[in-house]
Amino acid sequence: MRVIASTLCAVALGLTAIQPVYAASDEAIAALRQEMKALRGDYESKIQDLERRLQQAEQRTPVQPDPVPPPPSAPASPSAFNPAISVILNGSYAMSRNDPGAATVAGFALGEEAGRGDRGFSLGESEVAISANVDQEFFANLIVAIGGDGAIGVEEGYIQTTNLPWGFTAKAGRFFSGIGYLNEKHAHTWEFSDAPLPYRAMLENQYGDDGVELRWLAPTDFFLEFGAEWFRGDAFPAGGADDNGAGTVAAFVHAGDDIDESSSFLAGLSYLRTKALDRDTSGDIFTGSDDLAIASLVYKWAPDGNPVQTNVTLTGEYFFGREDGSFNGVPVDYERSGFYVQGVYQFIPGWRIGVRYAGLETDDVPVLLAGSVLDDFGYSPQAITALLEYRTTEFGRFRAQYTRDDAGLEPDDELVFTYTVSIGAHGAHSF
Amino acid sequence: MRNLFLAAVIAGATLTQPAHAALNVFACEPEWGALALELGGDNVSIYTATTGLQDPHQVQARPSLIAKARAADITVCTGAELETAWLPMVVQKSANANIKAGSSGSFEAASFVRLLDVPAKLDRAEGDVHPAGNPHIQTDARNILIVAKALSARFVLLDAASAPVYEQRLADFTSRWTASLAKWEAAAASLKGTPIAVQHAGWVYMINWLGLKQIAVLEPKPGVPASSGHLAQVLTTLERQPVKMIIRAAYQSDRASQFIGERTKTRAIMLPFTVGGTEEAKDLFSLYDDTLKRLLAGAK
Repeated sequence: MRVIASTLCAVALGLTAIQPVYAASDEAIAALRQEMKALRGDYESKIQDLERRLQQAEQRTPVQPDPVPPPPSAPASPSAFNPAISVILNGSYAMSRNDPGAATVAGFALGEEAGRGDRGFSLGESEVAISANVDQEFFANLIVAIGGDGAIGVEEGYIQTTNLPWGFTAKAGRFFSGIGYLNEKHAHTWEFSDAPLPYRAMLENQYGDDGVELRWLAPTDFFLEFGAEWFRGDAFPAGGADDNGAGTVAAFVHAGDDIDESSSFLAGLSYLRTKALDRDTSGDIFTGSDDLAIASLVYKWAPDGNPVQTNVTLTGEYFFGREDGSFNGVPVDYERSGFYVQGVYQFIPGWRIGVRYAGLETDDVPVLLAGSVLDDFGYSPQAITALLEYRTTEFGRFRAQYTRDDAGLEPDDELVFTYTVSIGAHGAHSF
Repeated sequence: MRNLFLAAVIAGATLTQPAHAALNVFACEPEWGALALELGGDNVSIYTATTGLQDPHQVQARPSLIAKARAADITVCTGAELETAWLPMVVQKSANANIKAGSSGSFEAASFVRLLDVPAKLDRAEGDVHPAGNPHIQTDARNILIVAKALSARFVLLDAASAPVYEQRLADFTSRWTASLAKWEAAAASLKGTPIAVQHAGWVYMINWLGLKQIAVLEPKPGVPASSGHLAQVLTTLERQPVKMIIRAAYQSDRASQFIGERTKTRAIMLPFTVGGTEEAKDLFSLYDDTLKRLLAGAK
């Protein structure tokens, strides 16, 4: 009880001691209060404002959970802008019953590269691809092919827009035409080691030339692309760069979509019109025009759309063409057609098997050309091919491919082993 | 008559132009599609390019993806070269300058997070290595929040008119996510130090988050399927250092983990890895709910 009393006394004393502070007039106190209140309100609003701004800043800039070392600044070396470089190497060992150098396709005048590869060991075409953005408007790509014999050729070398509006893309330089399905793909991305018969016979494997291209991707929910091209007209089936070096025109439309989660397709219709002026195929001279229409369909399936374990790719293309002009001085106007269908199945990761069947048909030739390369002797070329493939990764691949080739006048059996590797920059693959 | 025509034109224009055009989002992986939905709501229209049952490293540049990329205002992807085999082709073919690499319409989640497993040596002999570091950042739920802040800011940048909506949704998501994080971390406390084996080195962020201990990887190199020789090595390792469970992602084959699991009497656990990987992982929240449920069941 006494303790409480003495505490109370102390408090009372304390209060009296503080009292003098408030000895001012009531008015002054009120003014002070007012001022303090105003100050407090001012500060509070300022603090609130600061807090809000801090919060906003935090939301705008990424916040790291741990202190992060600043990103290493790019070394100031002239090589910092080096383009992406990749190299494709391939080699093969080939066996065949007949001399591959004498291989023919009955009824067709073949371009130089449409022949069969040499027997025995050989280094195939090595490809060096160099690409980079030129600036904010263009991308440039150069692909140099080095033949096993040391011959160097520019396979593709083009510039391509990256910044055009409304879905347009333009390209200029040397490039593979967008016709068909296989045509614009590089040979090393084909599912078989060689081009199917119609591509060999009618396009000398694939049509690439110097020219310009314009593509338009329609603003549709599914894939719908239109393209038009204008080429110099030097490459088979053109020749001689007729029409002042603008002898080839091409147009195509591609459409595709997913069918369900596991499967998707890509279809195409293409047209190629070339002009030839003294086109020379092993001594046979053709002057005239060549029209070619191609219908293509590709279907890909993988369980749940995940191709890692197993997947299937089915491809079919139909070619219909006509050549009109003079062949070795004889007026000609003949139609020909061809097709191939192929399926490739990955049954376990890394391993694939495939089969392909291809055939060609051509009109009878005028009597004056009987016995020439255009004479098929009533024979319809065809070939069936089987494939076994093993991949170590997506960068390394080994293939064994057997072909029963009934394209020439004498049937041939051919067995080819190839490896294909890709080193350097990782390129993305098209469908 | 003329007025009528004008009115018709105006009506037509209003019909074709919705009052507020939604941001078209092309999400490379389901987790980013789910995050874009959390942050954008009705203001975004989302297309997700892959499902939880697909390996995001190996997707085809399908025609459908190109068509969807053409309409995109923004791609929301992991980056760190995860999509290097297909996304550059899709973007190039889409002829859409908005989503070119480096533009504001190209969002790479991994660039906002500190990456782990940055290789000391860049050599393809080391398998499918990613020069920038391990890209599977979504296995740590804390990373989602970091990416959410950056993505919301990007939405604001691209669609400033709806900034208050994005900011409000981010604040709402942040508070819900923070609460869930606390819940998940509490639930996972018992998992700390649990030894595990993984099929693909895709869990480093989750291991780091929950304090698990990775003893072995079934793939000899990233992206290279397990060979029998390597699995024999793994068996010896696991005999010396037993693990509680073997973890694989929903999109991966169960063969290697079942093989090791049977021989070491260890549970092989499938985790959703991303939204849609399992039936339970319907959105970002249930993704981690389900992941933890499965981990806790595996650790029992």
